[in-house]
Amino acid sequence: MEILIENGRVVDPKSGVDAVMNVFVSGGTITAIGTTPPGFHPYRKINAEGLVVCPGLVDLSARLREPGLEYKATLESEMAAAVSGGVTSLACSPDTDPVLDEPGLVEMLKHRAKSLNQAHVYPIGALTRGLKGESLTEMAELHDAGCIAFGQSDMPLPNTRVLMHAMQYASTFGFGIWLRPQDVNLADSGVAHDGEVATRLGLPAIPVCAETLALSNIILMARETGAKIHFCRISSAEGAAMVQAAKRQGLPVTCDVAANHIHLSEMDIGFFDSNCHLVPPLRGLSDRDALRRGLLDGTIDAICSDHAPVDEDAKLLPFEEAEAGATGLELLLPLTLKWAEEVRLPLPAALARITVEPARILGIDAGHLSPGAIADLCVFDPDEYWKVEMAALKSQGKNTPFLGMELRGRVKYTLVNGEVVYETG
Amino acid sequence: MTNNPQLNKSGQLQHLLTTEGLPAPILLTILDTAESFVGVTERDVKKVPILRGKSVFNLFFEPSTRTRTTFEIAAKRLSADVVNLNIAASSQSKGETLLDTVNNLSAMHADMFVVRHSQSGAAHLIARHVKPEIHVINAGDGRHAHPTQGLLDVFTIRHYKRDFRSLRVAIVGDILHSRVARSQIHALTTLGVPEVRVIGPKTLLPSKVERLGVHVFHQMAEGLKDVDVLLMLRLQNERMVSARLPSKEEYFKYYGLTQEKLALAKPDAIVLHPGPMNRGVEIDSAVADGKQSVILPQVTFGIAVRMAVMAILAGH
Repeated sequence: MEILIENGRVVDPKSGVDAVMNVFVSGGTITAIGTTPPGFHPYRKINAEGLVVCPGLVDLSARLREPGLEYKATLESEMAAAVSGGVTSLACSPDTDPVLDEPGLVEMLKHRAKSLNQAHVYPIGALTRGLKGESLTEMAELHDAGCIAFGQSDMPLPNTRVLMHAMQYASTFGFGIWLRPQDVNLADSGVAHDGEVATRLGLPAIPVCAETLALSNIILMARETGAKIHFCRISSAEGAAMVQAAKRQGLPVTCDVAANHIHLSEMDIGFFDSNCHLVPPLRGLSDRDALRRGLLDGTIDAICSDHAPVDEDAKLLPFEEAEAGATGLELLLPLTLKWAEEVRLPLPAALARITVEPARILGIDAGHLSPGAIADLCVFDPDEYWKVEMAALKSQGKNTPFLGMELRGRVKYTLVNGEVVYETG
Repeated sequence: MTNNPQLNKSGQLQHLLTTEGLPAPILLTILDTAESFVGVTERDVKKVPILRGKSVFNLFFEPSTRTRTTFEIAAKRLSADVVNLNIAASSQSKGETLLDTVNNLSAMHADMFVVRHSQSGAAHLIARHVKPEIHVINAGDGRHAHPTQGLLDVFTIRHYKRDFRSLRVAIVGDILHSRVARSQIHALTTLGVPEVRVIGPKTLLPSKVERLGVHVFHQMAEGLKDVDVLLMLRLQNERMVSARLPSKEEYFKYYGLTQEKLALAKPDAIVLHPGPMNRGVEIDSAVADGKQSVILPQVTFGIAVRMAVMAILAGH
């Protein structure tokens, strides 16, 4: 199974390679870049002229909705969405039904995902049983079953003693803890940023200090316990500043931001657009700008899709009752490219935020094009515009704030383990 | 999302969802039309045939007697057929969604929906999904808007004070949870009131409320100084449960309107309240029943204003 990808602009953020070259794939790995290896006889040639060839994308936050929530999405639909968005590795969250808190469930999910032969799935295990925030899960067992880190999804962990013990226990084994910082009492039943728009629309609000208060607790406990913390989907300027300060103190923390949040603000809610009902809430313009800066200066390590497919009926409700979330796997690349263009960031640096950086956070060998690496590749047309329409999306979730917009950057081929798993018809 | 969902392509009123973003000429047309209906409501035969043959559906997803009744009277005085639906008690509890309910009722050939719902944005959602010939009137959605109340308040203010452009108006109480306050603020600022104040403790004021074009006060002594109009708001018992206030008694002492506090305003200041009142909580009986109170005329004008809104939506 040898594949030759010819004359593409090869971009490898890790090595800094950015040149028009050939990529040689055989036996599931990248054999060589540039020079033809001896005895290479491709059974297939992909003409990548005018296209970018980069590592397959790595997404830190995808909800696949299996097991239990198949009315929202299935593994089949969401894995198809992943590879059509160029995503070849993804971390999935434990808030399924049942919750991913038992090794058997994790093994089953891994097995199901593997049999589909599409993107690699890395489950985040539940940090507490049933995500209830009361008692610890069998983290070591779950790790053996395939969990790559542990978290609470969007469920609260208000008991600081339990959180402290979870950090101590996880750090015993060197496991990472992934948390979206939010104080449950201050967030209460809020659905929008506590600012001008929520005030105007009369929506229950979540203040910024719901995020910063939780960050402060977690950072102090991380210092105490030495636990490795990944902050998921930071939303505010002050939050980003606290993460930066923690990093400067040398704490082992990393951080991501959702693709929606580097482009949108509370203003985009307009007249109650439930597609903008997201978790965490879209905040003010100055917050959005600070997140963009944080992403540039390295405070924020990676961009995630925050993929959360929601069934259509659940969005056809008043804003507050409408289910939070948006489809994202197919928009991760174009939204990253849009940001890079707006801040005039060179392509390799932009792609680093969705390849090698998230791979580093996951601790997996992915997101780069070194010879010998697993051939997970994304080949995309950086200049093609496409319209975000329900019919254009493979994900079962059709809702996104970008519905109806034209975005630049279209995936043409996706390779996983050296096989073409997606190509545009 | 830049299009105003309340206006049709030629800039006429299609739905009444909020007073925000409505141009002053439209607000003034509503007030002027209401003026002409005040006469009707005072006649022996209180009916005009403007909505003859039309069906007005009162969709109340949240219990209300007063507002529903005034809409019902307004529609009947315009000769419409009125159907009252108390949906809180029926389909919603059977799991039917808001839009399912609305679609079912649309199939019964409604011409106008008057909607009250506990969720902010419910009326917008319905307006976005009904057939183009159906008009939606928001009769209160969550904390967001209650535009006919806001309009009847400015109608009352104009009746007594004539010129908006020389007024100082204070809105007192629970601004955070009040759809009435939001509708009042937008109507007043659009009509050119130079100074709109909000007065309340910090737990009852939403963040960045000043961005709505109001001046913020926390003490009655300062906030009521030299005002021409006082708009009092109802205080719900829930505010004590949610730890926003310690007690009704302390609230009354510091923010309840008494004759003594009213004396801080201009001598000819008028007092409004959207009802139902909590006497001895946000307002003292002596003020509610006193000579500066225009609370009962508000109710009468409310019918004329609702008639005006319905007539204008029907193309009159």
